[in-house]
Amino acid sequence: MKPHTLAVLVENKAGVLSRVSGLFSRRGFNIESLAVGTCEEPGMSRITIVVIGDDEKIEQVMKQLNKLIDIVKVTDLTENERVERELALIKVAAEPGTSRAEVMQIAQIFRAQIVDVGAKSVILQVVGDTDKIDALEKLLRQYGVKELVRTGRIGILRGSKVTGTGK
Amino acid sequence: MKTGAKILVESLQREGVDILFGYPGGVVLPIYDELYDSSLKHLLVRHEQAAAHAADGYARASGKVGVCLATSGPGACNLVTGIATAYMDSVPIVAITGQVPTNLLGNDAFQESDITGITLPITKHNYLLKDAKDVARVVKEAFYIAGTGRPGPVLIDIPKDVSTGIVEKVVYPETVHLRGYNPTYKGHRRQIEKAIDLIAAAERPVIYAGGGVIASNASAELVELATILSIPVTTTLMGIGCIPGDHPLNLGMLGMHGTEYANFAITESDLLITIGARFDDRVTGKADKFAPNAKIIHIDIDPAEIGKNKRVDVPIVGDTKLVLKDMLALVKKAGAKEAWQKRVKHWKQHHPLKYKKDGLLHPQFIIQQMNELLKGDAIIVSEVGQNQMWTAQWYRFKNPRTWITSGGLGTMGYGFPAAIGAHFARPDLPVFDIAGDGSIQMNIQEMGTVAANKIPVKIAILNNRYLGMVRQWQELFFDRRYSYTELPAVEFVKIANAYGIDGVKVESCDDVMPALKAALDCDGPFVIDFRIEREENVFPMVPAGAAINEMIGGHEPT
Repeated sequence: MKPHTLAVLVENKAGVLSRVSGLFSRRGFNIESLAVGTCEEPGMSRITIVVIGDDEKIEQVMKQLNKLIDIVKVTDLTENERVERELALIKVAAEPGTSRAEVMQIAQIFRAQIVDVGAKSVILQVVGDTDKIDALEKLLRQYGVKELVRTGRIGILRGSKVTGTGK
Repeated sequence: MKTGAKILVESLQREGVDILFGYPGGVVLPIYDELYDSSLKHLLVRHEQAAAHAADGYARASGKVGVCLATSGPGACNLVTGIATAYMDSVPIVAITGQVPTNLLGNDAFQESDITGITLPITKHNYLLKDAKDVARVVKEAFYIAGTGRPGPVLIDIPKDVSTGIVEKVVYPETVHLRGYNPTYKGHRRQIEKAIDLIAAAERPVIYAGGGVIASNASAELVELATILSIPVTTTLMGIGCIPGDHPLNLGMLGMHGTEYANFAITESDLLITIGARFDDRVTGKADKFAPNAKIIHIDIDPAEIGKNKRVDVPIVGDTKLVLKDMLALVKKAGAKEAWQKRVKHWKQHHPLKYKKDGLLHPQFIIQQMNELLKGDAIIVSEVGQNQMWTAQWYRFKNPRTWITSGGLGTMGYGFPAAIGAHFARPDLPVFDIAGDGSIQMNIQEMGTVAANKIPVKIAILNNRYLGMVRQWQELFFDRRYSYTELPAVEFVKIANAYGIDGVKVESCDDVMPALKAALDCDGPFVIDFRIEREENVFPMVPAGAAINEMIGGHEPT
């Protein structure tokens, strides 16, 4: 049982996301993370889904996804060398003084950017894999994480391989 | 210049539709107005669920796409059971629903329901139209998706303003272009060769054939392959009819109410050749004890079925008919594996299906009499429950597409409306619905439809005043506590008469054949109310979750 990152190329049509998410809940597959956006092909979107399961379960997920008419291609990135990223925005309590300085220091170590500074808080933007963001969040907790927003994970294959149709 | 409704009707005609099963309502008025002077035939049912089942029965009997039509809201919702039934059994239907005008969508308008949302998990695909200029393309796509690959239902939801919307220049597309839909038809050559090698090496092979054989019209190829190789064939409920009932290689149905010899053969086999079947739990019982010693070849058009419930040694994704043709070109006539042949024959002789011959009116006797009268030249439709299992066990089907039943969903009330649809697909054949007194009452209102249109569907009710299959489970597994399964006596003939339909009540064996003949000779619909032995059970029976060779009402393999 390990997380698999699936890149799903879909026709950009109304309802396609509910078809995909509905399939997961209906067949008892858990979505760990989901990210959707337009992609290099006009009229298409790419959905990146992280799902945990053994190989048989993942194979079944992919086959069931492939059956949906609006889905053009399903690729398991986990099988390949890839780059995966998430972005998080974290609003941390940081009164001017020591705690603010410490928060900014931690941000620097994690190469997070300070994107907003308020009277009593700062907002950090961090990009990285899931573990990095988890680690940062853990460190910031002692100062008071007021709000945390994460995108789903996105991924792309290294080298010249693509998950699109190549058209 | 045409309206969306006009384009819809013309598109349906271009797809070769000759009949719609439907029920009118507010937002489909523009469509019904087009139908008023169209040459496209429409049958008015008495409940939308019956329209969906009739379209399904039509599709199963003809191999063509069946079409039903309902209004928005309750009309569309009433189709749901019928659509789910078609989905579970991979039946190609196109369901057309009216919808509130686009400006009211999502507004909780009168008779609004999100039918594309509701049917998402029970359709192969569905559409909510927003523009009249999409009607022609979507109808073309819907029929293509429904009828190709692994068939299934497709729903088209049409808001009222799309039906009334005007298209200046209508283009009817000739082809369909769907990037995400490319079924595999041709089996992989190397896989087929591997399968042939396994077959050549097998000592105890069995063919396990399902509804996919019927759907791809591959019965002739299946029988040819089985005959050349002398391999016994067992069929699922959905596969019945793909090999003649009296064929020496036919072992009948397997699984929960399968024959003992089919279940023994599966359990002892060393090679299972699975063709268009999906290892459903009613077939396999406890999955890891199903064909425990067999290598498995699995031929199916849906890659998602392969490896879903059972590990497979040689998967072949493709259309059953094409794959079997490729196999036939490669196989050499093999000598029968004699020891295996003998063993299977022995089981067949010593473990036949049986029932008590005590002169009382047993349902099995009635099915046998139907067999004798009809000789396989009829369409037999069933409801769900004991009536269905007795028919599957005892009727000798001669041809594919003459057995129509709700397998996957197990929909009570399916049979009667499906029989109506089947009649329009095959008006040349008599159509019998074998029903229980429970299930017939789930769509009994269709007596109005058959009476008004003189549709010669014959209803044979196996009346035991119980919800028989549930009662059987209560008898066997719930200490005979018959909780809410007893039904009061109903005089079905009187109900039939009230609709203007002839009928007869039968209480003894001697009256069975005359009643059946009367039904067959009658020009219109006919009802026979068979008062059968009340606590007759369907045996053999594999309890849910047990291995299929552990049967109640059978005996140890000898």
